[in-house]
Amino acid sequence: MRFVVFAMIAAFAGATAASAEEKPIELKPGPGLDKVEGNCAACHSLDYIQMNSPFLSAAGWDAEVTKMIKAFGAPITDADAKLIADYLTKNYGR
Amino acid sequence: MAALPGKQPLIKLSYRPPNYESPLPYFATPITPNDRFYVRYHLSDIPSIDARTYKIAIGGDGANAQTEITFDDLKKFPAYEIVAVNQCSGNRRGLSKPHVAGVQWGYGAMGCARWKGVRLKDLLDKVGLKKEAIEIAFNGAEGPAFDKTPDFIKSLPVWKAVDESTLIAYEMNGEPLPHFNGYPARLIVPGWTGTYWMKHLSTIDALTKPQGGFWMNPAYRIPVGEFPVVARFMTQENATTAPITEMVVNSLITSHVDGAKVKVGKITVRGLAWDGGYGVRAIAASTDGGQTWSAATLGDDLGRYAFRPWSFVLTAKRGTNTVMVNATNKIGQTQTATLLFNPAGYHNNVMQSVTLNAG
Repeated sequence: MRFVVFAMIAAFAGATAASAEEKPIELKPGPGLDKVEGNCAACHSLDYIQMNSPFLSAAGWDAEVTKMIKAFGAPITDADAKLIADYLTKNYGR
Repeated sequence: MAALPGKQPLIKLSYRPPNYESPLPYFATPITPNDRFYVRYHLSDIPSIDARTYKIAIGGDGANAQTEITFDDLKKFPAYEIVAVNQCSGNRRGLSKPHVAGVQWGYGAMGCARWKGVRLKDLLDKVGLKKEAIEIAFNGAEGPAFDKTPDFIKSLPVWKAVDESTLIAYEMNGEPLPHFNGYPARLIVPGWTGTYWMKHLSTIDALTKPQGGFWMNPAYRIPVGEFPVVARFMTQENATTAPITEMVVNSLITSHVDGAKVKVGKITVRGLAWDGGYGVRAIAASTDGGQTWSAATLGDDLGRYAFRPWSFVLTAKRGTNTVMVNATNKIGQTQTATLLFNPAGYHNNVMQSVTLNAG
């Protein structure tokens, strides 16, 4: 899964000469990081997570993950959604 | 700081979609140079567009006909120029207390350019509007990374769409638009926040029903009645929220950052002011925490939608000096003393208070 995601990022980076150069974002290690990288990075760079840290509470991160699924259509399973929200709260929550 | 192709270094907030704000020194002039202009995208699949094959499709159920306009066609319409501020609705969101989720913009998600293009009204006249038309909807060529993500589609009320100042611009400060600012053509909606200024404009649809979709509701909404805005988008309002429309009157101190070191004696503090298109009437400055105010000197007037430069001379005493600034527009609106909190962090026009340390 991670390989697929990085291949997608590489495809974006190489899509046009006018694309932004995207440097890898290193998130904090911890349980659930693979789910974050595997799901979130398909649609947006992971600096969004750093940018919104550490202002969001558990409920705030939960709402963000729900928004990505309900409003933006992200195909994330319920089990992965919980792992992602837990990772974000533990590592990037207030 | 990071540089996008064709851009000077900007403050990177996110790589993908690209969101980059202009640092304070880029606001030294009332016209923001193209290579220093901020970049804001919602969706990350941003195509490079060839102007030779570029087309804008015009139609919709509120139009009498449909047509396609090429880039060459655009240039055959009468051309108009306007100097106008483009400010992201979420500019200064990062300053909100309490913090709200979203792109954590500082002061630099804005810029002012001289835009050249055609009146949207002239394009709409090509197809003709039915009397039932209530909104004009816009889409751009960029799309989501994932097909279930809502495409970024925005609409305007017909009255704003046919305003003579609403343009489709193909030049910015005398040059083609930069790729990251909407090449080859974008919508210019003077006075209104950047969300309506559709980049890489691809379709224009006249509608007899309100435009739906995530980007109209719940996104880009303000609580009804919270802000003193005159321009309203009635077909999109509900009991509790309204679409964000015009910008609130605001100013930015551009010559000094908070905590700047200065020399004792006369100091010129400079900045910019703008509003939703009524025009800036005055800038008041205070060096005693807001007890007394005196008028700053206004600079060149580039039009009612433009950044208005101003300057204020103070005599810095040894130690701490504070400068507060408050802009007033021509309909008497002023900046606020405290934040009018809202969940999306919009319309932050709290007066700045900058400390200068003189030694």
